[in-house]
Amino acid sequence: MGRYTDNPAAVAALVQQHQVHRDTYIDDEIFDLEMKHLFRNVWVFVGHDSQTPNKGDYITTQIGDQPVIMTRHSDGEIYVLANRCPHKGTKIAIDRFGNTGKFFRCPYHAWSFKTNGCLLAVPLKKGYAETGFQNGEAQRGLRPMGAVRNYRGFVFARVADEGIGFDDYFGEALSSIDNMVDRAPEGRLQVAGPPLRYMHQCNWKMLVDNQTDTCHPMVAHESSAGTAVRLFEASNWPADKPKPMAMEIIAPFMSSYEFFEGMGIRTWPNGHGHTGVHHSIHSDYSQMAEYWDAMVAAYGADKAKATLDENRHNTVYFPNIMIKGPVQQLRNFIPLGANRTLVESHVYRLVGAPDYLLQRTAMYNRLINAPTSIVGHDDLEMYERAQEGLHSDGNEWINIQRLHDGDEDYDAVVVENGTTERQMRNQMHAWKKFITMSMQQPGPEAAE
Amino acid sequence: MTVTRDDIIDFIYAEARMLDEGRFTEWLGLWLPEGHYWMPLDYKQTDPDNVTSLLYEDDFMRRLRVERLNGERTFSQKPKSRCHHVIQRPFIDRFEAAAGDFETNTAMHYVETRLDEQFLLALTATHQLKLVDGKLRIANKRVELLNSDAAFGNIQLLP
Repeated sequence: MGRYTDNPAAVAALVQQHQVHRDTYIDDEIFDLEMKHLFRNVWVFVGHDSQTPNKGDYITTQIGDQPVIMTRHSDGEIYVLANRCPHKGTKIAIDRFGNTGKFFRCPYHAWSFKTNGCLLAVPLKKGYAETGFQNGEAQRGLRPMGAVRNYRGFVFARVADEGIGFDDYFGEALSSIDNMVDRAPEGRLQVAGPPLRYMHQCNWKMLVDNQTDTCHPMVAHESSAGTAVRLFEASNWPADKPKPMAMEIIAPFMSSYEFFEGMGIRTWPNGHGHTGVHHSIHSDYSQMAEYWDAMVAAYGADKAKATLDENRHNTVYFPNIMIKGPVQQLRNFIPLGANRTLVESHVYRLVGAPDYLLQRTAMYNRLINAPTSIVGHDDLEMYERAQEGLHSDGNEWINIQRLHDGDEDYDAVVVENGTTERQMRNQMHAWKKFITMSMQQPGPEAAE
Repeated sequence: MTVTRDDIIDFIYAEARMLDEGRFTEWLGLWLPEGHYWMPLDYKQTDPDNVTSLLYEDDFMRRLRVERLNGERTFSQKPKSRCHHVIQRPFIDRFEAAAGDFETNTAMHYVETRLDEQFLLALTATHQLKLVDGKLRIANKRVELLNSDAAFGNIQLLP
């Protein structure tokens, strides 16, 4: 036992209102507790149902450190199963996606399972006849997650059998997914190709924090966005020629502090929140008449306008995804270790919308989220410097105090100045709540 | 100018040397303005527009990338990265001297380093070259990484 295992009071003490202790970002024991408790108690994004459109389709991924298969069963429903043969532990599937037909078959001893995880057959089964196998763990097949919900195509799962319900967990925060899906004239999204995969030598929470960090773009991205603006201004671009799409995407990163202050931040209970309440860096994207007409035909002018006027920037769904409604993008910050995070960035087609929008979305992804992206280079440099710098004993605390005003109620929905760090405080408040809720209180002996 | 097969091969070698010596501004001058520098994300990807690529850069983006590398406040290039290409003799897959239109296929190993980190990529580069005003220029370049679907850290220079 280390300092934190079975000691929820010590874990809770790492999170104060205006600062969090560095161990939440660099300590291996804390990381293990995050995997064992936090990522089991909350609802974690698994995949999009358009990644498995047909019966027998599957993807492999992970929830925290738990390898899972998301699969489309013969009843048309999505199941999320432990990717582990109940016999010896062999992973049942290792390719990132595929179709398994009517059943999964373990490549080691040919145990087979229905696509809802139920054990289908074991070769030479008479060998288990008098062994009590029927009452044991192995007979249960590929274990399903505690709960699964497919919300408008986005599949989330809770590993723990008992815990907070989906609607209670997300509440009004689901309005950001609604807005992204409502932008499709046919009311659904379709994944467009494989995700970008970008390895970060830093803690997963640095990426989550950065999604609502509105005081870094004009500094950290001066090298990319600032240079873009300068190059464009020097280019004598003809006024009647459309701006390069790349400029439309990158230049707004150089917006002023005042712009980001006015943009607003909204926080919801359980660690969710978003930037871009009143406007955002996505507000001035050009729209094509063809798309507007398709939206009006599908929804009527009022609803189409309301949907497109919403320009939320980054919505964080605690613990570890961010979506951009106006860009049809989802980033998944997959924790691999205290100092190692895999970022997968997916883009989606608005079904029924012109290809032009998907092309902008794909461009956004490669300009901002790729390991070859100049904007990505700016960010990763900061994360990795911070991950190393946090080992300094000069100061053990990370400051999240900007626009902190006394006692904040994180169970309330509030809108504040867009440069507040309230959303980071909101996340860590939820972190403390969900990581400690299943930890054992120490008995009198352990406490001593 | 009459282009020989050796001229084509020398051009590919000279481009690799230019990148390895950090002469990026000079490298920009090799390009025709309408050309694209493409690095697909998916193995054997055919569509650069409607799915994500690692890179698909036009003239504006190439200039931005190089300007940024030279920039004063480019913190991810303090200190700077260096790169190194080891290339096989290019195949010349199209040689239409009269039309001034050529295509090569070149296997390379690419090494990039910064501080204590160094990584190796295996790749195949396809160049479409055109003869314009007596000079060979890059009309399009496609770089296929052998492991394009793997998770990478920063790739900051130009494989």
